[in-house]
Amino acid sequence: MAANPEAAGPTRPEPAPGPAARAGLAVACLALAAGLGRVVLDLPADAAGLAPVVSGRLAESGVDNPVTAVLLNFRGYDTLLETGVLLLALIAVWSLTPAGCWGGVPGPPARRGEPPGGPDPVLRGFVRWLAPVAVLVAVYLLAVGTHQPGGAFQAGTVLAAAAVLLLLAGMARPPATASLWPRLVAVAGFLAFVAAALAGMPGGREFLEYPLGLAGTLIELVETVLTLAIGATLALLVAGVPEPPAAKPPPTGPIKTELPR
Amino acid sequence: MTPFPLYALAGVALVAIGLHGLFACVHLLRRILAVNIIGGGVFLVFGAVAARDPASGPDPVPHAMVITGIVVAVSATAFALVLAWRIHRATGRSTLAEDDPSPGA
Amino acid sequence: MIGALDLAFDAVLAILLAGLAWRALASPALFTGIVLFIVFGLLMAVAWLRLGAPDVALAEAAIGAGLTGVLFLRALDRIGRDPAGGEEKPAEPENGRQP
Repeated sequence: MAANPEAAGPTRPEPAPGPAARAGLAVACLALAAGLGRVVLDLPADAAGLAPVVSGRLAESGVDNPVTAVLLNFRGYDTLLETGVLLLALIAVWSLTPAGCWGGVPGPPARRGEPPGGPDPVLRGFVRWLAPVAVLVAVYLLAVGTHQPGGAFQAGTVLAAAAVLLLLAGMARPPATASLWPRLVAVAGFLAFVAAALAGMPGGREFLEYPLGLAGTLIELVETVLTLAIGATLALLVAGVPEPPAAKPPPTGPIKTELPR
Repeated sequence: MTPFPLYALAGVALVAIGLHGLFACVHLLRRILAVNIIGGGVFLVFGAVAARDPASGPDPVPHAMVITGIVVAVSATAFALVLAWRIHRATGRSTLAEDDPSPGA
Repeated sequence: MIGALDLAFDAVLAILLAGLAWRALASPALFTGIVLFIVFGLLMAVAWLRLGAPDVALAEAAIGAGLTGVLFLRALDRIGRDPAGGEEKPAEPENGRQP
């Protein structure tokens, strides 16, 4: 392959598939659907799955909501890795910051002359009312998560939605990507879960094996930190990366790996 | 009759529709949309599998896996959308590009 | 009687989900497609409730419909905002903000 990407030659946009290709694609997708449908319908239609196993051991898990018990106790390993994935996605998104903008505030640069309150009074009035209610709902979802539907993920996403509403209404600017506190909050969820997983080990237990009497308290603590971390990470993911001032139109010639400066 | 067969088939249909869209559409945002629809279909099949036995209640393990999957899907979507924006900034197009077969290259 | 009503509701929901997914990918305007995707996410939340999964319904409504929809709309705005703009522009400028 060409060592110098600029010598790759002229490029054109990927063409849409023609009618023959589309017909073949439709047939292939229908065949796949038929095969998958057959496999899925062949599953036993009355199997109880793991529900009796979970409800049999629910009393030991420290919480009353079976989904929370599975998420934070029985299959805590999956949730631990999921907080890692969230963190990794944030790092990956921030690593795509254009050259020269590293550490800046996400989003387009502030426009001169725009009224400081943002452009839309109806949206702002509504958000001024809605965002505190959303925070209240998040706290409620976190608190009832141990015995009713709810929990850390649900509460965290409602928090993230409140933050995104403030962002969209222009009532808050996201923190600069170089500042410390968003990084601390994003990492805190993963670290809190690891700490809880290690908590039982001095007593001779395994990684992620909670001490029986403490399981409920540990889960509640981890869920609280996880809510804040999930809310912050999701909101930061939506806020995106710092953008440079409007770029010059890039040449639609050979693909360049350097960005226009 | 449990809801299992209906929602399982709906999930399978969503996977097929999403897969067709992934290959048939050329705009990057539509492709990311198609991948999200494939994910939704897979989650629906999980949910249908969890709802098979009315006597013992819904199975919480697939529900936990779907919640994890939804969060991972939104993380991957956020990353993919930023990638699409960078591609657009670098090349000026919102589709991927193909090399023209030319004698010099 | 109640069983038949439940079945009818589930069938309509399943058909709506598939139809919305199809239209979201096939609609000529990308903005329409994204809005249909948000509606698809909300109907998925209803499907989760029908499957006895309120926790998943809460997560899907907030993430699948809410956050993912906002992500797509912001991406569409950025790709439409840069000069040498992308192939599709949003149908009309939102709340008076000019690019």
